[in-house]
Formats: sequence, structure tokens, C-alpha cells
Amino acid sequence: MPTIIFNRPDNRSERIDASVGASVMQVATTHGVDEIVAECGGNAMCATCHVYVDEGWIARLAPMSEEEDELLHGVAAERLPNSRLSCQIKITPELDGLIVRLPDRQI
Amino acid sequence: MSTSGFTPSAGVPHMDIDPFSIEFFEDPHPAHEVLREAGPVVWFDKWNVYGVARHAEVHAVLNDPLTFCSSRGVGLSDFAKEKAWRPQSIILEADPPEHARTRAVLSRVLSPTVMKQLRGSFVAAAESRVEALLAKGSFDAIADLAEAYPLSVFPDALGLKPEGRENLLPYASLVFNSFGPPNKLRQDAIERSAPHQAYVADQCQRENLAPGGFGACIHARADAGDITAAEAPLLVRSLLSAGLDTTVNGIGAAVYCLARFPDQWARLRSDPTLARNAFEEAVRFESPVQTFFRTTTRDVEISGSRIGEGEKILMFLAAANRDPRRWDRPDEYDVTRKTSGHVGYGSGIHMCVGQLVARLEGEAVLSALAKRVSAIEITGPATRRFNNTLRGLESLPVSIKAA
Ligand code: HEM
Ligand code: FES
Repeated sequence: MPTIIFNRPDNRSERIDASVGASVMQVATTHGVDEIVAECGGNAMCATCHVYVDEGWIARLAPMSEEEDELLHGVAAERLPNSRLSCQIKITPELDGLIVRLPDRQI
Repeated sequence: MSTSGFTPSAGVPHMDIDPFSIEFFEDPHPAHEVLREAGPVVWFDKWNVYGVARHAEVHAVLNDPLTFCSSRGVGLSDFAKEKAWRPQSIILEADPPEHARTRAVLSRVLSPTVMKQLRGSFVAAAESRVEALLAKGSFDAIADLAEAYPLSVFPDALGLKPEGRENLLPYASLVFNSFGPPNKLRQDAIERSAPHQAYVADQCQRENLAPGGFGACIHARADAGDITAAEAPLLVRSLLSAGLDTTVNGIGAAVYCLARFPDQWARLRSDPTLARNAFEEAVRFESPVQTFFRTTTRDVEISGSRIGEGEKILMFLAAANRDPRRWDRPDEYDVTRKTSGHVGYGSGIHMCVGQLVARLEGEAVLSALAKRVSAIEITGPATRRFNNTLRGLESLPVSIKAA
């Protein structure tokens, strides 16, 4: 099982074992990572599942779609070059050890 | 329309419930439970259609649009067999791949970025509405709040002219009644529809939409080549159909919940940042949009039940939203619940494209109430408004006190 590391705004860190095929958003919301709101349930419509992907990992993710890029303009916290929507990141065995930082707000 | 004489495949339980009757609408929850517990798929003898009422099956049908299509209508009427009562919607009643193109236009017009720009004016309008209601003391929470607030922000955001807005709610009620079977609600609505249809057709034209509004932005996408000039008015029509009565019933549901459940009201008052979730939970709990249909494009099996091609399936969003297989304490309204995954806005490619507008309106109203009002008391009988698709109240007399 790949492990995903969530770094919270207060610097607490959470290591969660994730199932391959789930999204990073699903892993977060089913394990009490409340910083991920995911109002649209992963349908790429709400931009409330924003994460900052660790610099070392960003290039290893599948590239984002045009829709995701568009939605990221509307995130509540600052958009950075490493911003992604966690519902659009599918867990693969290669993502074992993925580190994401959580923004302080989603709305 | 369904052809009588159809029978379901073996093993699918027959239901003699009419899910479009007034008795059903008066109290749908016990019937929803019967439907959920009868099996993963049921059959309605009255209308010769299949139904799904559990969360897993509703979610699965919503997320397989190639098998369960929308282009044959999302009401009971099958457009392959019967002419639609109005020109078909090019988003709601469209399938992939065509759907993606029109959907992209509305997603952009109603995006999170656009919501950021609208937030200030939507919040200010909610605050002044609540101030005015505090001055009144006693009022009808439906007419004076659930209807008055969306009417004060949404038509302007769309860019509608001031004249004729009284047609908006009757038109929407017509659209949502039309998804039902040919019962009295549908027949009466269509019979009285001519003036409302004329207003809407006129109001969708470019010259009648103020610059900067959602309507003008849709027409601008035609200039950009994303849609044709003939498609733009039809997409404006989608917002006129789906953008107002839905939030009226959503806000009505939320106020009704908070007035009925004082502990939840106290919770919200102690932390007004729960306003957005309190609205979302009301959408789960009451499901302002109760049902939609799909039509099968091939023989398919759902949870062991075989369904032939060309069959209508009624999805009970409201029943899925209270399925104990998916939710803890499903019949409790809980403003702190994790609501992600409810199907009150649908799911998959057709999931409500206006959900951000709905949440913005709901949050603005509940947050203004939580900050300025100490108590909401129901002072008279809550009466129901009946519609084949929408669930909500006709009237909710209340009185409120300033905090
Ligand atoms: C609480 C309020 C609302 C509820 C409960 C609601 C519910 C829904 C549902 C269940 C669907 C899915 C239909 C399907 O799968 O066939 C939908 C789609 C849609 N909604 Fe909403 N809605 C709301 C507010 C709005 C608003 C404010 C707008 C416009 C600004 C809007 C515009 C639409 C449109 C255009 C579609 C069709 C999307 C598509 O087919 O891709 N809705 N809505
Ligand atoms: S959960 Fe809504 S965009 Fe990711």
C-alpha cells in the first residue's frame, strides 16, 4: 500500500496508507484529514480539495487537465506553481511516499 | 411515455407505490425506506419503470452516462418515442461527447473564480434581507426569505431585465413538473405554460441580457466559437430553468431545518463558519431535487438485476441521501456532518453546474441569520408545495428575534 504524507498548516504531519486507484482526496476525506473539504465529491467542480504537492514530487504526477488548471484559478488559498486538486491525483504504486502540504483554507 | 404491458425482468420486486402522487409527496421518507429495503432495483407497476433508491446504485447509474443516457430525457417521457414538450436541453438532456462542449461553457461561466467576484454582493444582499426581516419580526420564511433572497440576487447576476421576472418561478415549476408522468401536476403546468415560455424565449436573446451577467458571458462564448449563436440562448434557458427554484427550495429547506432543530441552530450560532456546511446538510437531508430519470442504451445488469435496452430508470436522490448503508444517523440533520458524497446535486458529468452559486446563496443567508438572529420560532402551520421533482414548502410562518 503506498503511503501518502499530509503536512497540515499547523505543521502536524499525517502518514496514511492509501489504496491504489483511489484519489488523494478520497484518502484524505476517509481518514479525517479535515483540511480537504471536497464539496463536489471529486467531480472536478468545486476547487475545495486544493493541495500543494512537494517540489520533489510535482514532476512525477500525471499532468493536469485544462479544467483543473481553470479551477485552480478559483482556489481560496494562494495558488502556487505546485498547486493541484487532490481529487485529480490518482494513487499509483509509484506514488508511495508522496508528500502534500494542506492550505489553511478551501473556501 | 411508458407502454403498458411491459414487465420487469424476473426477481425485480414490484412496487404498487406511485412516487408522483400527492400522498407520496406529503411524506416520502417511509416510502423511500420501503423502496430501499425492497431491493437494489425495483419496478413501478403504475408507470412501468425501474427505480433505484440506494446510494450505491444511484451513484453507479449517475456515473455511467453511456449506459444510462440523458438524451432520451431525464423525465419519464422517452424522447425516442415521444416529442419533447420544449426543444431539448443541450446540456441536461445531452450525452457524451456532445455534452462536454456545452458543459465546459457553463462551468466557466459559473466557476470558482466568478464566485469570488460575486461573493461580496451576495453576502451584502443577504445581510440587508435579514435586517429587514428583523424589523418585521414575523414573516413567511418561504415568500419573504427563501424566494425573496434568490430573486434579489440571481436574476441580476444573470443580467435579466426587470420586466417579466414574475414568470421565473412559474416557468421553473413547469420545467420540474414536466419531468414527472402525465399526472395532473404535469398536465396543469403545461396547459398554463404559454406566457412563461414566451417570456423565457425572449429573455434568452442576447439583446435582452445585461453586459457582464452570466447570460452575456454565455453569448460571448459563441463569439469565441465554443458554441454556435443558436446554442447560446438554449444555455441561458438552462440557467433560467434550473437556477432559481432549486435554491429557493434549498434555502427553504435549510431554514425549516434550523427552525425545527434548535440544538443545530445553537451549534450554528456558536460557530457561524458552519453556515456553508449547514446549507449543504440541508440539501442532503431534504433533497430539494428529489428524482431524475435515465434511459438504458443497452442491456445491462445492476446489482444482479438484468435490465433491457430502452428502459427508463428513476433515481431517488433523496432516498440515496438517507441510505443507512452510506450514512450514519441518516434521518438526523447535523450541521457538522461530513456531507461530501451526497447526491443532492447529482454526481458525475451532469452533477449540478450551478452548485457553487447555490452554496454561495445558502451560505450567505445562513451566515447572516447566525450572526444577527438569536431565535427562530415556527408560528403557524408549514404547508407543502407539490411538484413532480422539487420538494419544498408553500409557506412557513416564523418569527425571529435579534441577537
Ligand atoms: C440547491 C440548489 C440546487 C440543487 C439541489 C440542484 C440539483 C441539481 C441536480 C440533481 C442536477 C443533476 C441533473 C442530472 O444528473 O440529470 C443538476 C444539474 C444542473 N443544475 Fe442544478 N441544482 C441546484 C442549483 C442550481 C443553480 C443555482 C443553477 C444555475 C446557476 C443550476 C443549474 C444546473 C444545470 C444547468 C444543470 C445541468 C448540468 C448538466 O447536465 O451537465 N442548478 N442540478
Ligand atoms: S473535490 Fe471538488 S474539485 Fe476536487
